[in-house]
Amino acid sequence: MSHDVIDHLAEITAGSRLDTIRRARPDARENAQQSFLALLEPADPGELSLGDRYAVAAYVALLHDAQGAPTRSSAFYLELLDDAAAPGVTASVRRAADAGRASGPYGGYREPALQREAVAGPVARVDRSVLGERLAAALEHAHLLVLHPRDARPEALRALTAAGWGPDALVSLSQLVAFLSFQLRLVHGLRVLAAAAPDAPASAALASATALEEARA
Amino acid sequence: MTTIADYPALRRPEGFTQRSLGWVPWAPPVPEDELTEAQHDSLVEPGRATNPYFRLLARDPEALRARTLTDLDIFHNEDGGIPRWERELAAAAASRVNGCVFCASVHARAASRLSGRGDDVQRLLDEGVGARVDERWDAIADASAALTVTPSAFGAEHVERLRAAGLDDAGILDQISGAAFFNWANRLMLSLGEPEVV
Repeated sequence: MSHDVIDHLAEITAGSRLDTIRRARPDARENAQQSFLALLEPADPGELSLGDRYAVAAYVALLHDAQGAPTRSSAFYLELLDDAAAPGVTASVRRAADAGRASGPYGGYREPALQREAVAGPVARVDRSVLGERLAAALEHAHLLVLHPRDARPEALRALTAAGWGPDALVSLSQLVAFLSFQLRLVHGLRVLAAAAPDAPASAALASATALEEARA
Repeated sequence: MTTIADYPALRRPEGFTQRSLGWVPWAPPVPEDELTEAQHDSLVEPGRATNPYFRLLARDPEALRARTLTDLDIFHNEDGGIPRWERELAAAAASRVNGCVFCASVHARAASRLSGRGDDVQRLLDEGVGARVDERWDAIADASAALTVTPSAFGAEHVERLRAAGLDDAGILDQISGAAFFNWANRLMLSLGEPEVV
C-alpha cells in the first residue's frame, strides 16, 4: 500500500500518469496527506478521540455514497472504525448513514435575494442508544455540513456545546468533516480521470479511423 | 460552557456579490495576544493573526497549517495545468452551488481580476452555474458543479468535455482540485460564522 491515503483510495500507483500529474502540485499532495494525519491520526487528539474521529469519518464517507455497496473510500473508513470501536458502533454508524443519505446540497438562505433558491431536505436525528449523546450530536452536525451546509446557524454549534464539546473540538470536528468533503471528491475525480483513456482521445481516434480507412482502401 | 455568538444587528449581504465582505465568527477565536507559538506558525502568513476566521481555525493548528498549504499550491502553483483564473472559476462555481456567499465573493473577485471578465463572472453569481458563457467556461463550471453535489455526479462525460475544450489531464486535475478544495472551505465558512457587509 502507498503511504499516501489519496493514492491508496484512488488506486494510483507509483510512476503512473496520475502519479506524475499529482506530483506537479507537491505541496498540495503532501499537505492533503498531512491534513489526513492531523485530523485522523493526531498525536494529541484532545477531546475528539480517535474512535470518535473514525466514527465521523465513516459516517461522512457513507453519506457521500450513492445507494448500494460502500465505495473503496467508505470501506477504508469503516475498517478504521471497526478496528477501534466498541461492539455495535460500526453497525449504528452504518444505520445512521443509511437513514441520513440524501441528495445535496440543499438548504435555505439568509440572503433575501436568494430565498427563491431555497431547497428543502431532511434534518438528521441520530439514535443515542449505542453512540451516546456526544457522538450522536457530532454525527448530526456532520450531516448538516455534508448535505446542507448553508442551513448552518449558531444554534447548530450550541447543540454541540450542549452535548459537551468544547471550542477546540468544534473546530477539529468541523475541519474533519470539511476535509473529508474535499478528500472524497478529489478521490472520486481522480478515479474518473484514471478510468478515462489518456490525453487527446479525439486526435487518437481520428488517427486510428484514418488508418482503418487506409487499410480498407 | 463555550459562548456561541449571535449578531442580531449585523449588516448582511442581500445575495451573491463580488464586493469585498467581512466575516464574523460564531465560535470564539483564540484572542490575538493568547496565540501560542504553534498557533502563530499555523497561520503561515503572520498577517492572518488579525483575522478572526484564521484565529478560530488556529484552535487546531496542525489542521489549519496543512489546509492552508494545500490551498496555496492548488491555486497559486503555475507549473502547468490551467490558468489561475480558471481554478478560481472552479472555486466560485463550487461556492455558488453550495451557497457560500462569502467564499463566492472572494473567488469571483479573484476570477474577475485575473481574467478581466468581470461581467461573465457576475452572470455566474446572478444566474447560477447554469449561465452559459463559452464552451471552455461552461465545461469547467459544469464539471465543478457536478463534483460538488452529493453523491457526486462528476463522470467520464465531464472529462471528455474538458479535454475537448483544450484541457490536458494536469489541467483537469487543477479543475477537480479547485472545486474539491472549495467543498472544504465552504463548509468551514458556512458553519463557523457568517458574512457581513463592510
